[in-house]
Amino acid sequence: MNNFEYRRASDTKDAINLIHQQEKSKFLAGGTNLIDLWKYNITNPTSLVDINHIAELSEIKALPDGGVRLGAGFKNADTAYHPIIEQQYPLLSKAILAGASAQIRNMASNGGNLLQRTRCYYFYDPEVPCNKRVPGSGCPAKLGYNRIHAILGTSEQCIAVFPSDMCIALAALDALVNVEGPEGKRTINFADFHRLPDDRPDLDNTLKPGELIISIDLPEKGFTTNYSYLKLRDRHSYAFALVSVATAMELDGDTIKDIRIALGGVAHKPWRSKEAEDFLIGKNASAENFSTAADLILKDAKGFGHNDFKIKLAKKAIIRNGLMALNPDTQLPGAKPSA
Amino acid sequence: MDVNKTVGQPISRLEGKLKVTGAAKYAAEYQVENLLHGYVVNSPITKGKIINIDIAKALAIPGVIDVLSHKNRTKLAWFDVQYTDMDAPPGTVFKPLHNENILYNGQPIALVVAEDFETARYASTQITFEFEQEAFETNLQNNTEKGRPAKKGFATALKPPPPPPTGDFDKAYGQAAVKVEAEFKHGTEHHNPIELFATTTVYKGKGKLTIYDKTQGTINNQLYVANIFGLHYKDVRVLAPFVGGGFGAGLRPQYQLFLCVMAALHLKRNVRVVLDRKQMFSFSHRPPAIQKMRFASDINGRMTALGHSVYAETSNFEDYTEPTANWSHKLYPSPNTLFEHNIVPLDVYTPMDMRAPGGSTALHAIECTMDELAHKLKIDPLELRLINYSEMDPSSKKPYTSKALRECYLQAAEKFGWSNRNPEPRATMRGNKLVGYGMATGIWDAFQFPARVEAMITKDGKLVLNNATTDIGTGTLTVMTQIAADELGLSLEEVDFQYGDSKKPFSMFQGGSAITSSTGVAIVVAAKALRKKLLKKAAQMENSPFKNASDEEVIFNGGNLHLKNEPGTYVSLKNIIAFNKGKAIKTTNMGKPHMLKLRKYSLATHSASFVEVEVDQDLGTVTVTRAVTAVAAGKIINPKTAKSQISGSMIWGISKALHEETIMDDHFGKYINTNLGEYHIPVHADIGQLDVIFAEERDELINEIGTKGVGEIGLVGMPAAISNAIFNATGKRIYKLPIHFDELI
Ligand SMILES: Cc1cc2nc3c(=O)[nH]c(=O)nc-3n(C[C@H](O)[C@H](O)[C@H](O)COP(=O)(O)OP(=O)(O)OC[C@H]3O[C@@H](n4cnc5c(N)ncnc54)[C@H](O)[C@@H]3O)c2cc1C
Repeated sequence: MNNFEYRRASDTKDAINLIHQQEKSKFLAGGTNLIDLWKYNITNPTSLVDINHIAELSEIKALPDGGVRLGAGFKNADTAYHPIIEQQYPLLSKAILAGASAQIRNMASNGGNLLQRTRCYYFYDPEVPCNKRVPGSGCPAKLGYNRIHAILGTSEQCIAVFPSDMCIALAALDALVNVEGPEGKRTINFADFHRLPDDRPDLDNTLKPGELIISIDLPEKGFTTNYSYLKLRDRHSYAFALVSVATAMELDGDTIKDIRIALGGVAHKPWRSKEAEDFLIGKNASAENFSTAADLILKDAKGFGHNDFKIKLAKKAIIRNGLMALNPDTQLPGAKPSA
Repeated sequence: MDVNKTVGQPISRLEGKLKVTGAAKYAAEYQVENLLHGYVVNSPITKGKIINIDIAKALAIPGVIDVLSHKNRTKLAWFDVQYTDMDAPPGTVFKPLHNENILYNGQPIALVVAEDFETARYASTQITFEFEQEAFETNLQNNTEKGRPAKKGFATALKPPPPPPTGDFDKAYGQAAVKVEAEFKHGTEHHNPIELFATTTVYKGKGKLTIYDKTQGTINNQLYVANIFGLHYKDVRVLAPFVGGGFGAGLRPQYQLFLCVMAALHLKRNVRVVLDRKQMFSFSHRPPAIQKMRFASDINGRMTALGHSVYAETSNFEDYTEPTANWSHKLYPSPNTLFEHNIVPLDVYTPMDMRAPGGSTALHAIECTMDELAHKLKIDPLELRLINYSEMDPSSKKPYTSKALRECYLQAAEKFGWSNRNPEPRATMRGNKLVGYGMATGIWDAFQFPARVEAMITKDGKLVLNNATTDIGTGTLTVMTQIAADELGLSLEEVDFQYGDSKKPFSMFQGGSAITSSTGVAIVVAAKALRKKLLKKAAQMENSPFKNASDEEVIFNGGNLHLKNEPGTYVSLKNIIAFNKGKAIKTTNMGKPHMLKLRKYSLATHSASFVEVEVDQDLGTVTVTRAVTAVAAGKIINPKTAKSQISGSMIWGISKALHEETIMDDHFGKYINTNLGEYHIPVHADIGQLDVIFAEERDELINEIGTKGVGEIGLVGMPAAISNAIFNATGKRIYKLPIHFDELI
């Protein structure tokens, strides 16, 4: 049998020590991604370090600067329904609730969500090549069935998409990721946490081996008045985004004072364009301006056949979501039949 | 005298509590002593040969008992016919572990047997194979030139080829006033019942086996096992008391049964083999199809030409067909017709019947083409169907035993509010959503198979019935109990219908929406014989008031036998049995279709589906906000379980129209979305309001109980109705299934 060692970490120090005692060690949080990958033989840890019982990781607390700290072990569902999040970061709450299913959100942790792996069909099938799974083996997705794949930031080696919803909101909110490893603590800007595939598609992010995510910090500014998360998918729940958009705005009358637009389902990481956001600042929050911004965001977009539609769809989604952010009570399209 | 009737009552499933409390046991759940576990190894290549297998490493793992492959398999039957099951299409049936040849991706190539499942699965990863790969073809579109009619065989009886041409199609179509030509593509689907295919084989020694199997046909699998392994059929008992869905996948024995039995016989041990979800995509499926439609009418909408040619996938070893081009002319009269069904052999496993096989594929194309024609003619789509309404079956020129399709159209249209439809596409808005109405017709077979039922009254006055059928979740137990209860005037509690066991009297597999009519009729026949016997026995009792009573002069009610004219004069069934020295009075009878009489008729169920969709005007996202389906299927034994069948199949229709598809990567020749996360079926949020209507349809010709079956008809019209509603909403017609929302932007 595929035997493995299971150890329960009592605190973060313990977890970091334990993870280094064995070569093929993995942290176990909710297990909703790790166990699936293991069953399919995509990963084969020989040792698990269970971090579900570390008190420090399951906290959610207000920070002195007005922000909020989310423990890495705090569950996705608890985060989305937490009064502080609902009130101060409604965009994050909406994005989390657009993901997976109620059962999975109950198990999934905030840290695990950041580290979930792509849903590329070829990545999940050990019988076919995949540069992300076996570096150098090839990428069948480029010429294969790539409806769910990336249109931005792709490389010769990989066109996989990072599938999270939560992280699209975290990217828009300029979150910070606090991590700790044998070399100590550091804080990573959300924009730098996930990476593009380039010639190392096996690396999804900039976390170093054995580093533990401790928490995620949300800056004070939560965009509580004008925000919207739009997720477009093949069914109304329990499907990954083909395109998703998180939009957060600060308005002065009709004029945009600050804006964040992050896209999901289109790249190897949550996608933001400074150029597009800069363009919108000082402009009216109009369909026309969102359309120009969309063109800026998508100017280097490239389809691979089955996913060509994403370019057109993303543009429409950016415009629609900008308008929906003006009135966050607007119903999500397709979420429910109208009365 | 008031006779208590249960037929027609909305009785809840009798086994419902067992199912929701987890007490119902499925094939993989039987606890057997000293059980070994098998894990199947599937071919990672699509075509070629196994050159070498190295099992040394796997065998060295503690707990591994054996690895079976074509190299060391037991001796098996030699002839194809011995592998043939009741649902086998013409051709060379697939024989697992037969030789080194790989015929399709995912083909089972070895079975690892170990003390526990985890060890077997792990060991399966430690076997190394050497393959010689050959070129393969898995793409239907690229291979239509290989299309040819299917060979005829045993299965042709239930699946006739399309009728020969009539009139002069080319001329009529060429000259027609109004015509539509369209090509429809239809993706592959896998049945995916929630219960995984599994077999638990109990090795009883001396060639005797008890097999708990996931199947829709206990006797089908019993004979299959007996034939292949050279056992006496009486020594093989197949049990399937609970089946967690089938949808057709259980109509043929699947390979886990073969492998499990082989291991049990080889090792002389109890063995279980369970497939995992990925392996559920490694056998039968609904074939992808390309349908070329050419329909024409005069300017008043009367059909003048119907042309329907089909290219559908099959394997390279069996000629699977499903009646597809056969349907349009069963609905719409037309002097000129041209129908063809071509199969395209590819390097895949043989497709298999999947809920409304052929019919649901065909009616999508037929009814979308009719919708397009209606649009061209500027005639309301419902009106066009009524203009072409036929009381008889135009393709066979025979009358239907009954046909209440008109009532379906009218009642469903009324309930739906069809008269509010705006014929102009892309003209109705609700917020930023386009609203569309669509409708379509459904038609499906009304089969009846021969079946035998043993019926007896036991000493406690209860009615016990035995038949080998399964209940695949359709409510079979409940409706059979109802039918039987009424026949003997008993309450449901006094009837014990026993089933799901090959040892019991004959039943075909449970498919084609046929079991209610098949076993149901056999129950009626057996009950009649049983009533006669009971009366005869009662007449022998001392001072019996029944001495000279004829069958017509008595009535069974409340556990007693009464004189009709003197209801106060009665004897209890218990007393009759007591008089029979406590020995049960029993009879075994066959129910079968009245072939001679029915040859003069055409038999079908019908339906009409009306659908409202909302489509986001910019983003294309589709919601089926509501749907009404009216069904004419003869007598409805149980409106509750029947409604579940129809609403369940309406949801399946939504799935076919908008979600479900197994994606083949032709480069590898394998399916790539082989899990329920990526193989999409609808979730609750995708389902709006569903209404079901049963149109009254009295059918005294079809069989003794007037039923036609409701397992599939609810699905047939839905995909076209949705597709047509999307056209009405958006002005876009998508000629494929499933429709993806991005095709609408
Ligand atoms: C069927 C299905 C559908 C889904 N749909 C969606 C969807 O629509 N949208 C969406 O966003 N997500 C979706 N998900 C993904 C889900 O959100 C992730 O699986 C979940 O967030 C992972 O969290 P976890 O705690 O279970 O992680 P685990 O599976 O426990 O861990 C994932 C990885 O992160 C590592 N890890 C976990 N915690 C830490 C830590 N604190 N520090 C360092 N490493 C750590 C683990 O070692 C592992 O490698 C879906 C999942 C499934 C199975």
